[in-house]
Amino acid sequence: MVDFGGWDMPVQYPAGTIEEHLRTRRHAGLFDVSHMGEIDVQGEDAIAIVNYLVSNDVAKLIDGQAQYSALTTPKGTVVDDLLVYRFSENHLLLVVNAGTTEKDWDWITAHRKDGAAELKNVSSEYCQLALQGPDAVGILQKLTGLALADIKYYHFTEGQVDGVPAIVSRTGYTGEDGFEVYAAADKAEQIWNKLLDAGNYGSDTGVLPCGLAARNTLRLEAGLALYGHEIDENTTLLEANLGWICKLNKSDFIGRDALARQKEIGVRRRLVGFEVTERGIARDEQEVVINAERVGRVTSGSPAPYLKKNIGMAYVPSESASEGQEIQIDVRGKLVGAQIVKTPFYKRQK
Amino acid sequence: MANIPDDLHYSKDHEWVRVDGTVAIVGITDYAQDSLGDVVYVELPKAGDDFAANESFGSVESVKAVSEVFSPVSGEVVGTNETLADTPEKVNQDPYGDGWMIRVQMSNPGEVDSMLTAAEYEDFTKAEKE
Repeated sequence: MVDFGGWDMPVQYPAGTIEEHLRTRRHAGLFDVSHMGEIDVQGEDAIAIVNYLVSNDVAKLIDGQAQYSALTTPKGTVVDDLLVYRFSENHLLLVVNAGTTEKDWDWITAHRKDGAAELKNVSSEYCQLALQGPDAVGILQKLTGLALADIKYYHFTEGQVDGVPAIVSRTGYTGEDGFEVYAAADKAEQIWNKLLDAGNYGSDTGVLPCGLAARNTLRLEAGLALYGHEIDENTTLLEANLGWICKLNKSDFIGRDALARQKEIGVRRRLVGFEVTERGIARDEQEVVINAERVGRVTSGSPAPYLKKNIGMAYVPSESASEGQEIQIDVRGKLVGAQIVKTPFYKRQK
Repeated sequence: MANIPDDLHYSKDHEWVRVDGTVAIVGITDYAQDSLGDVVYVELPKAGDDFAANESFGSVESVKAVSEVFSPVSGEVVGTNETLADTPEKVNQDPYGDGWMIRVQMSNPGEVDSMLTAAEYEDFTKAEKE
């Protein structure tokens, strides 16, 4: 167990990280992600108020739809990445990272515009369990009357899971199909146990509970950013390849001008994915060397259990950020060869 | 409960030594492999490399972390377990057998006497857990 953003969480369960990772890709993995934060926004001006604070266009959402987004600074750098859920025109829910919940709340309170909306930090009221993998639909269906097949990707609905009122969202952080289930905090254990049971925990093809290490290797293979690594208050959305959640043509938002300028003049450095091509494992924070010059830094580096390679993401100068570019990583004093590749490293078959 | 064979010598860094004449065979303990999790990479020295007691001779990597391994005895490396390059998981599966790491020609065989016995190592690991 380790401290993660102030929460006591397991790095892995008895099966071990590699098995947890593979089982999620082949069958199902269950993640207790109740550490995530939730901020409720209700009122006539809910959409306007949130849309000024985030980079993606909240006005484009329909009831029951969610979108990946970012809280941005005036420089276009990232306060946090988050999901914005639209329940109705007057009701949004922001789901933010655990380690940044307090910071986000303070930021939103300080920078929001006036308007008819009540914002509440409701993080302590929610638990969140993520069931991910090709078997997720079948497993969760045993516990709910909701027609899960009808919930589209990045959409959600309210209903009951094992008789408990819940939000069931077709979202996740693994690159697999699956659901994130939000319910009252005191219902976590019940839903957790029922999901393990419904998922045949204990069978070789059943669901496995997964810890932080597998959560990280899964999202890395899927090319997903982790706040504090690929994105932080020193990286702009464009540098981080998140231009797709940056809607410069919507109404004004914090950082829009800076991002528009950067889009015009181009970014000086870019986030890339790489595969290690020689013996060794690249790790976070190690330097990237190109033509004997130290030019960048690894943001996340790890073995990739499903791909059976060692991979990572790093910031490199834009002129070197091309697929196929050979680089080296300084692995504790030894230069290890790697090559820039397209991300995501892994894409599930649909 | 971790496995701690009686016939081996142990270090506080969780390495074991099996004495074979004047050669020490070195690896990491069952307790160590269990704490590390799935071993995905092992960095070993070359035959001919020299180490003093308690000097790092390489590293063991799990998915999440890198751990240095230390030689409990001084001497010259006369053999390394090259199979660990392709099958690092042997360190998890058979830490005292197929997971062995290096063979050291001891320059001071008396050093093993200051290592921990199996019973002392068991007490040590129990205390570490608390």
